[in-house]
Amino acid sequence: MSIPENLKYTKDHEWVNIEGNIVTVGITDHAQQQLGDVVYLELPEVDDDVAIDEPFGVVESTKAVSDVLAPCNGTVIEINEPLVDAPETINSDPYNEGWMIKVEISDESELAELMSADEYKKFVEESE
Amino acid sequence: MSDNNTMENTISTPGTSGMVMEEPLIFELGGKGRIGYSLPESDVPLVDEKELFDESLLRDEIKDFPEVSEPELMRHYVRMSQWNYGVDTGFYPLGSCTMKYNPKVNEDMCRLPGFTGSHPEYPADMVQGTLQLMDELETMLSEIAGMDATTLQPSAGAHGELTGLMLIRAYHIDQGKPRTKILVPDSAHGTNPASSALCGFKVVEVKSGPDGYLLPEAVEEAMDEDVAALMITNPNTVGIFEQNIAAIAEIVHAKGGLMYNDGANMNALLGVARPGDMGFDVIQYNLHKTMSTPHGGGGPGSGPVGVKKILEPFLPAPRIVKKDYGYDWDYSNEKSMGKIKGYYGNFGVMVRAYTYIRELGQENIRKVAELAVLNANYVRAKLKDLYHLPYETDSMHEVIFSDKNQNEAGVTTMDIAKCLLDMGFHAPTVYFPLIVHAALMIEPTETESKLSCDQFISAMREIDKLVKDDPEQFKSFPTKTFRGRLDEVKAARKPVLRWKSETE
Amino acid sequence: MRYLPHTKEDVSQMLADIGVDSIKELFKSIPAEFQLEKPLDLPNALSERELVRALTELAGKNKVTGFDSFVGAGIYDHYAPVVIDHILKRSEFYTAYTPYQPEVAQGTLQALYEYQTLVSLLLEAEVTNASMYDGATGCAEAALMARRVQRKRDKVLIARNVHPEFRRVTNTYMVNSLEDIVEVNYGKDGRVDSEDLANKLGDDVACVIVGHPNYFGVLEDLEALSEQIHAAGALMVTTFAEPIAFGITAGPGRFGSDIIAGEGQSLLGAMNYGGPSLGIFSTRQKLVRQMPGRVCGKTSDTNDKCGFVLTLSTREQHIRREKATSNICTNQGLCALSAGIFLSAMGKEGMRKLAKLNLSKSEYLKNKIRELDGYELEFSGPTFNEFVVRCERKPAPDVLCDLYGMNVLAGVDMKNDYPELESHLLINVTEVHSKAAVDKLVDALASR
Repeated sequence: MSIPENLKYTKDHEWVNIEGNIVTVGITDHAQQQLGDVVYLELPEVDDDVAIDEPFGVVESTKAVSDVLAPCNGTVIEINEPLVDAPETINSDPYNEGWMIKVEISDESELAELMSADEYKKFVEESE
Repeated sequence: MSDNNTMENTISTPGTSGMVMEEPLIFELGGKGRIGYSLPESDVPLVDEKELFDESLLRDEIKDFPEVSEPELMRHYVRMSQWNYGVDTGFYPLGSCTMKYNPKVNEDMCRLPGFTGSHPEYPADMVQGTLQLMDELETMLSEIAGMDATTLQPSAGAHGELTGLMLIRAYHIDQGKPRTKILVPDSAHGTNPASSALCGFKVVEVKSGPDGYLLPEAVEEAMDEDVAALMITNPNTVGIFEQNIAAIAEIVHAKGGLMYNDGANMNALLGVARPGDMGFDVIQYNLHKTMSTPHGGGGPGSGPVGVKKILEPFLPAPRIVKKDYGYDWDYSNEKSMGKIKGYYGNFGVMVRAYTYIRELGQENIRKVAELAVLNANYVRAKLKDLYHLPYETDSMHEVIFSDKNQNEAGVTTMDIAKCLLDMGFHAPTVYFPLIVHAALMIEPTETESKLSCDQFISAMREIDKLVKDDPEQFKSFPTKTFRGRLDEVKAARKPVLRWKSETE
Repeated sequence: MRYLPHTKEDVSQMLADIGVDSIKELFKSIPAEFQLEKPLDLPNALSERELVRALTELAGKNKVTGFDSFVGAGIYDHYAPVVIDHILKRSEFYTAYTPYQPEVAQGTLQALYEYQTLVSLLLEAEVTNASMYDGATGCAEAALMARRVQRKRDKVLIARNVHPEFRRVTNTYMVNSLEDIVEVNYGKDGRVDSEDLANKLGDDVACVIVGHPNYFGVLEDLEALSEQIHAAGALMVTTFAEPIAFGITAGPGRFGSDIIAGEGQSLLGAMNYGGPSLGIFSTRQKLVRQMPGRVCGKTSDTNDKCGFVLTLSTREQHIRREKATSNICTNQGLCALSAGIFLSAMGKEGMRKLAKLNLSKSEYLKNKIRELDGYELEFSGPTFNEFVVRCERKPAPDVLCDLYGMNVLAGVDMKNDYPELESHLLINVTEVHSKAAVDKLVDALASR
């Protein structure tokens, strides 16, 4: 199971890449393994607002549907449109081509709660 | 006999496929100008539709519609039928589905022209037989469940659930105190939270206890004056009787809530115990489970709802009444929740259920539950040494295992299910309910003989042996059925939901 | 009892293997206070012969022959070829479960796939599901679906000439947001009043529900409605109760219907007192993930052979639970099979011929009524096999009563559902009505 060092993680298995006040969000390798083959993805629209711990999208496999939660409050500035047409990329490349949305955040301090790679690794191991 | 048929008592292995044929889609059959209909000539002048309608309203022909003769039509469907496994083919141990034998006399009775030929708008005096049947069925269902009144309007179990929840909603509003929450155990069937949400309630999950049934403390903690009802199946979805039901009902009623019984598992209680006596205020039946009406490949079903007196005023209108002049429909029910379906319900299904209950009668109905429970416990006793039993608690009409023991060799519930298909059995219910990891839920029903149960037990024991000898081969099952494992990912990713002439 | 195979020996052997002395012990987890001491108060068991006699007697209490009925109003008397029942009675079809183990259910699944295709072709729709309970619940679910799809729009406009049962059930399903339902009036032609519609459309409207044919039997100008509705950003939901109409008229899908929800009972043959019925539900491909109900899709198996499975099931209750598109589980599977066989048996030419027969018989009656004094055709819009007649000499209920005494059920009294249609009958004619029967109706009306 892959957990890149440079990213932050949520308890709902999203990864967060922080660049100043822009964050990029996707789901982790663990999450895509649990889901199985992803068949469908729903993303918000550019300029939509997202709320911390509230769903911004839906990812669907043949046996499960999962809400994808926002790690912070903010506004969507970019979405990964090609991903919607090829959702299986979430399985093959969850951290790079599998990025979902970019959000402009209002309050960087919200991100302090996120887990580091080590913390996330421990979190996943403990919950199994 | 194939040479890997080493099972004792198993005589229903699908073997040869010489009589099971490939068959294309109906659109790929036939030929231009071929007809399969027989229509009379018109005894009135035929109109020219172009004179009656604006051109834009008309069509030239129904593009791509089939043009087949009757012999081709018949062969088409007969060949397709041979790809299907039904209760009349063999053992169908689907937990929570109660796949019992569908009596043939029921099929004949529901086809009596007196029943099929009635229009729902006919005056009551023309449909006294229908109304009498429905009235008597309501009475019998009320008696069986220990309720005061029953409506036959809902079309299926989930529909009945929605109806029951709407009754509960109407009740609380009538009390002047609308409530927003429904308590649902974590073992609930998906229709329970779905129906609750559809009705506008917020669903609050209550965790089952370690022995598979609810503990009063858990309900007590979740119960408050904003909870409209507790919605539970009893016996529950792991086949266990909710032993604390009396205490739980008290807790819920004490705070003004109501008790809803998802009656999907009534087969374990027929003539033995009644939900109405346990504190339930409302129950929905699944006639296509408990009352032997056929499953039809997915319906039609029927989900009658029985209620205690406090909910009677809110039942869907109209209600059947018996007056001195006969049976009639009564629309005077002002507090009615409204209609949940067009007309009066799935009458054709009601006739089958009525016929079934009348045939069983007072003398036999209890035996149904007794033998259903006997069969399930027999299977449990004969398989528990090999398959993991998540709960030691008594099973009622269904027993739930998990794949824990077979997992060690890398074999899953899905693999076991597919292997059973190769051995001539329909698989049990798998991966439900969610509180058991990789559940394998077996409900033989009372219409399976001891021999049939023994054959299934043999097969399951053989499967365990195969797991130990050669677990690798499980990924290939099934190999003997008409089709192998189907690619569900492909179907979901790029859904192709109909044939199209341009692409085919 | 013949459905209970256990002998005494079987039972004692099984009890021994379980390790209990009696069946009663198997019920010990049920508290004693709830275990019944005496048998249920049910009638005594019946042998097959007695059973058949009892049911035949009940059926015999119904009056289904010896009269002519022109009652339609959403449930129609059509003839279904006997071949359908021969196929439906194959227990491989009717005793099968929902096809969750597709390897052993390809018969049901291919039949569903064919049904979905046949209905899509008939309605000129993009995609159709495997059925809803009936047209009324389908209409309700269409309203809910439109609200889901149109995220910031909540209002549901529904034409008053949509079937009253469809509207009543939609009200029930939307009981928590009744204020979002707005009725739209109809005009002298029996069609939706486009001016009233224009006044009620706005950017808070999720959808407009119309009928085609509508409850009055009238075919709407769907093209104009579609333009008007879509210009306002709303979805067009088209309902129907008489699919035979599409044998000769263009399908609602052609005119931009976003969701189509109708009653398919006409394709089943028997009226069965209104149930089981067949909820036909279609939509656009792009909205398919918001569509309620089961749907069958094409795929291949491990040997690359073509096969079918239930798909898109993550939207359904057993996975999505409280966030499901609907709570529907069991649908009307066998009825969908039945309808598929009917449509295939009738075929391209038969459907057209059947529709033309219906239309011709209806026009024949309409023309005769035009010639009658004291009866007027209420609406000027084009109709298929049903229409509204105003009774001017005597109130409609009296006409009905008189004709009933002559063994003619002239139609449905409309006043209960439409108080403004005080003396009106909804009259339906299908291919099963002979010219003689129609003439008899006309003579009876003339004599009143």
